[in-house]
Amino acid sequence: MASLASASARARMAGRRQTTTTRTLISEVSLNRPRGKIIYRVVLTLVLVVFTLVFIGPMYFLFADGLKSTQETIATPPTLYPHQLNPGNFVQSWNRLDVGLMLLNTVYYAVGALVLQLVFDVAAAYSLSKLRPVLGNVVFFLMLATLMIPVTVLVVPQFLTVDNLPVFHWNLIGSPAAIWLPSVANAFNIFLLKRFFDSIPTDYIDAASVDGASRLMILWRIVLPISRPIIAVVSIFSLVAVWKDFLWPLLVEYGYTPTRETLNVGIWQASYGGGTPENLIIAASAMAAVPTILFFLIFQRNIMAGLTSGGIRG
Amino acid sequence: MANVLTGVARRATAAPAARGRRPRALLPRARRNAGAWAFLIGAVLCFSFFSWYPIVREIIMSFQKPVYGGGFAWTGWTNYIRIFHDPTFWQAWRNTAEFTLLALVIGFAVPFVVAIVLNELRHARGYLRALVYLPVMLPPASALLLFAYFYNPQYGLFDDILRILHLPTSQWVLQPGTGFISTAMVSVVIASTWMNMGSATLIYLAALQNIPGELYEAAELEGAGILRRIRHVTIPQTRLILVMLLMLQVVATTQMFIESYVLTNGGGGVGDNVQSVVMLIYQYAFAMSGASNYNSASALGVVLMLVLAVFSGGFLWITRERG
Repeated sequence: MASLASASARARMAGRRQTTTTRTLISEVSLNRPRGKIIYRVVLTLVLVVFTLVFIGPMYFLFADGLKSTQETIATPPTLYPHQLNPGNFVQSWNRLDVGLMLLNTVYYAVGALVLQLVFDVAAAYSLSKLRPVLGNVVFFLMLATLMIPVTVLVVPQFLTVDNLPVFHWNLIGSPAAIWLPSVANAFNIFLLKRFFDSIPTDYIDAASVDGASRLMILWRIVLPISRPIIAVVSIFSLVAVWKDFLWPLLVEYGYTPTRETLNVGIWQASYGGGTPENLIIAASAMAAVPTILFFLIFQRNIMAGLTSGGIRG
Repeated sequence: MANVLTGVARRATAAPAARGRRPRALLPRARRNAGAWAFLIGAVLCFSFFSWYPIVREIIMSFQKPVYGGGFAWTGWTNYIRIFHDPTFWQAWRNTAEFTLLALVIGFAVPFVVAIVLNELRHARGYLRALVYLPVMLPPASALLLFAYFYNPQYGLFDDILRILHLPTSQWVLQPGTGFISTAMVSVVIASTWMNMGSATLIYLAALQNIPGELYEAAELEGAGILRRIRHVTIPQTRLILVMLLMLQVVATTQMFIESYVLTNGGGGVGDNVQSVVMLIYQYAFAMSGASNYNSASALGVVLMLVLAVFSGGFLWITRERG
């Protein structure tokens, strides 16, 4: 117990950067001079105002303009705040675009993709890192090689493959599997997980296997508890990826009734036809943004840590 | 849990024997490998179907043509010659280059400057960081529909602001004109930078925090001003991250699709002036009325793949650590 606890603590420490405030570009000394203090105050105020305007400003309109009436939305000059509150727009937009169902679809696709990625990618990375089967290195190299090939380039052959899966002759178009299964082929996940598993001392694993633990048991009881930080990073990346993807769900889940689209595709499609009034589209965009904003506020710490320690991802 | 502890203790006696490197029997080894492959097989199957096979298939398809009644026949370089003769092909490449260049000037430099400024502030750090990253989390269609609404020439917010300031209004994304730095493309880049700059900024911030403070101390003692400290300490110390992000950003922006697709309502702008290469792949394959042609789209995909491979390879070669 003690050895496990210390190992996971060490792994956690390794994942976290030392955040002692060292001196940066400008020294504390020059900041504490009267002139430095004034300049710092001015810059700080400026940055706060400009950043709030630039980043919160558009989002303010995202939520405020959904409450305006159709005439007010397209009025010139624009009104800074809705003069007449129409919360009914959100209800109308929800019903007309079927936002609830799209939200459900998105969650369903994202969670399914997450589960499959965790099961298959963790198992594969564990195998490549600790079990080391024959040809494992070749497989790992071929997986990494796919990182060199951008995903959007392959839409056509991927679409045809999903349309008629070789060997099985299944048509996955329109089914959740069309999003779930390709998401497992994620070399970046495998790379991150394998790199983390490589850092787990083999001693723990040897020890457990001497005690007669099976490989699945070792993965479940030893490797996974230590790897919690990297699992969190991979999970967040995979959820966000499904949530933000556009081209692929547009190809494979488009045009069914009742809708099978994700929010990202669905709200675009509502605007594409033309018929939907602008205020309802803005209301739908706002509703599509709410879950991600909440997700961000809740997992902010993990997301930012993942971004910086988990590696670079364009 | 207890067995793990005793296991650690027992390992001390077991280890020397295991290290003896005896040739192991064939059967246990096969069984061990089969077990290891059982863990691997799910991911390998997914990679085979959705990654490795499509790569091969794309190349094969680019040399084929559809045959009436189903199936494909070999056709040599015809698909490539056809797309090279399509004026939209060159237009799309030119636009993509324009987008990439502008996205570099705006989208690569702005986050770096922002990160340097944020790193100097002692207050509201968490707030500012969250602020910059928030748009990254929005569904892209939400963010882009919002910008399309702002850009609208009839009732958009941006034109209203210009009118209040008594400046000439603009058509933004729908502004005609195919000059190299067109208003339409700049509008696309602004929207794209707004929704994407957060991740680059945070990665730079992390890199800036790893610069040893003594370097700045020493530079300041030598009499280096702020700009020279940035030039001689900050940039060299973050070089690796800068170079990596530069490459990833070029690869990402070359695949631009959703920005121009949503902002122009799927049209590609006036006279295709914001049509991108990936949009053209999509149109070749799925949107061209009547004669949708997967093979031309594959040929274009192969061209894009080659261009990006040559770029990445060349870039890594040029920026490799010397000595």
